[in-house]
Amino acid sequence: MDALRDRGQCALIPFITAGDPDLATTAKALQILDRSGADLIELGVPYSDPLADGPIIQAAATRALQQGTRLETVLEMLKEVSPSLKAPIILFTYYNPILNRGAAAFFKDIAAAGAKGIVIPDLPLEEVAQIMPAAQAAGIEIILLVAPTTPAERIEAIATQSQGFIYLVSVTGVTGMRTEVESRVQELLTTLHGLSDQAIGVGFGISQPSQARQVREWGADAVIVGSAFVKRLAEGSPEQGLQAIENFCRSLKAAIVD
Amino acid sequence: MTFTPISPSSATPAAPAAPGATSGLGQRPDAQGRFGAFGGKYVPETLMPALAELEAAFYQYRDEAAFQQELQGLLRDYVGRPSPLYFAERLTQHYARPDGTGAQIYLKREDLNHTGAHKINNALAQVLLAKRMGKQRIIAETGAGQHGVATATVCARFGLNCVIYMGVHDMERQSLNVFRMRLMGAEVRPVEAGTGTLKDATSEAIRDWVTNVETTHYILGSVAGPHPYPMMVRDFHAVIGQETRSQAQEKWNGLPDILLACVGGGSNAMGLFHEFVQDATVRMIGIEAGGEGVESEKHAATLTRGRVGVLHGAMSYLLQDQDGQVVEPHSISAGLDYPGVGPEHSFLKDAGRVEYYSITDQQALDAFQRLSRLEGIIPALETAHAIAYLETLCPQLQGDPRIVINCSGRGDKDVQTVAKFLDVAG
Repeated sequence: MDALRDRGQCALIPFITAGDPDLATTAKALQILDRSGADLIELGVPYSDPLADGPIIQAAATRALQQGTRLETVLEMLKEVSPSLKAPIILFTYYNPILNRGAAAFFKDIAAAGAKGIVIPDLPLEEVAQIMPAAQAAGIEIILLVAPTTPAERIEAIATQSQGFIYLVSVTGVTGMRTEVESRVQELLTTLHGLSDQAIGVGFGISQPSQARQVREWGADAVIVGSAFVKRLAEGSPEQGLQAIENFCRSLKAAIVD
Repeated sequence: MTFTPISPSSATPAAPAAPGATSGLGQRPDAQGRFGAFGGKYVPETLMPALAELEAAFYQYRDEAAFQQELQGLLRDYVGRPSPLYFAERLTQHYARPDGTGAQIYLKREDLNHTGAHKINNALAQVLLAKRMGKQRIIAETGAGQHGVATATVCARFGLNCVIYMGVHDMERQSLNVFRMRLMGAEVRPVEAGTGTLKDATSEAIRDWVTNVETTHYILGSVAGPHPYPMMVRDFHAVIGQETRSQAQEKWNGLPDILLACVGGGSNAMGLFHEFVQDATVRMIGIEAGGEGVESEKHAATLTRGRVGVLHGAMSYLLQDQDGQVVEPHSISAGLDYPGVGPEHSFLKDAGRVEYYSITDQQALDAFQRLSRLEGIIPALETAHAIAYLETLCPQLQGDPRIVINCSGRGDKDVQTVAKFLDVAG
């Protein structure tokens, strides 16, 4: 992230849900995204009660779980494929599966599989301290989220604790595709840059190349696109889905590079 | 009624030494919303400022004279409080020993409240808070529909927009309550995810709140969810226990010996228990839904069979699989059909202060009929779980202890469900 930012570039971070439609397709998708312009890749671990997700990612998680996808099998797949990827992998997972495994074991295991960072959407600043040491011991960066509703003094505290980059949620809402990016994202980016030197990734609700470009122009250091990838990957056969995300990834990348 | 709390020391003198110690049961929760290890705020960042705002509003208005005056007036004239503490004479006789001695059984008649359950205590108080916070739109989740009806009711009363999330399975088995909510102008949104029950409805309500947090207040209906809800909902239902103390004092110049209540999320139980947690002589028992048996996979006995986890914003016991995925629960009673439980119950369980047991669907159905025939009171299926535990409890008791059961709701809503299972002879 920092290297890209130093070159004045905006990073592209696609998100897909592991195990939808199956883990073999997920492995191929990671490789395709890696060679189609992804700078980092966010890999969602399917969870039974994804509170922060809209209908597209919820449905993907449900399908993945019905397929028998488990954290164990996701990590096995990742261990196989991660050495061949240039883009670092960030896991996106809710907190209960971490708590269930025990934070120390969880972070050790995901690091061994090749993950570099983690986003935990239901673990706000107040609760994150309890797992920070375990993550640090395993070399996993915890990326914290800032929302449009977050007050300035809280943004500062989050910015201090967040590692890798700060994840700016662009909407008050859950993940999903939206026709426009709220104009207050521009203000939020300005505020955030004023409060912190950290790179800022903008996500939730960005689904088109024009929106990605808009957010980049407003000062984002990275653009995170989720539901639009998950939807494309799930349509038609796995081969059609993989082709669709390759094209989409390239078009997003083209929109945010100079 | 203006209620004057009676200090524990003025109650039954010479209380015997307690089996359940009450030390370490002081002020709960702490500033972080923790009940020991349980509770907290495990929610998306978007909601954190709203939770802080709600907590501040709760502390500001809780002790404000104008708020209390409005709340107390409505609890009296609109809800119909205080609810009676009724001596269940024939139920008592049913469990009497051959010599006529035995437990004296009382029902705290929350079923007589407006809308037919305890849920209105909390819904009313929260809507008064929402009004003061300037929120014009109200959302809520509901399982059995009692909390949905209570919320729709207070929204009609105050002219607020109201959206209720309800699982599709629950909409079918509690169709009467769906009609009541719509009649009062609420929009009932079906939730198809998962098993279409309370867990799924709660997740969807939280997603709505994340999206509309700046204009909307979420009236969470149990002592579950992120801080400050478990504390706030408990305190708004604490009137149940406060009245019980005063009524027990009037009726027998003492304390109840045993409190008994059903536990899904656990709001009616906390409402009854909270007042007595420090009274070491008062034994407290919470009853969970055992579904088809806790050895089967079809139950909702979270405290009996769960492990510590995080669901809907709080750390508590949770029904989950070996990977930490939340398990779909089962109960005949929609209000108890929930894989989580309020964090304070988890705390009280681990502290040894409250005992928790489970009752199967069949035992609850039997109790549903027993109370109907012996007392002319048709209880909610949720409440029937607490009533059913008398079968186990009464034969174990010595002497003639006074049991207070929280009769948390009436069963009109359940007659269609029950009719499917029973062949009631004419």
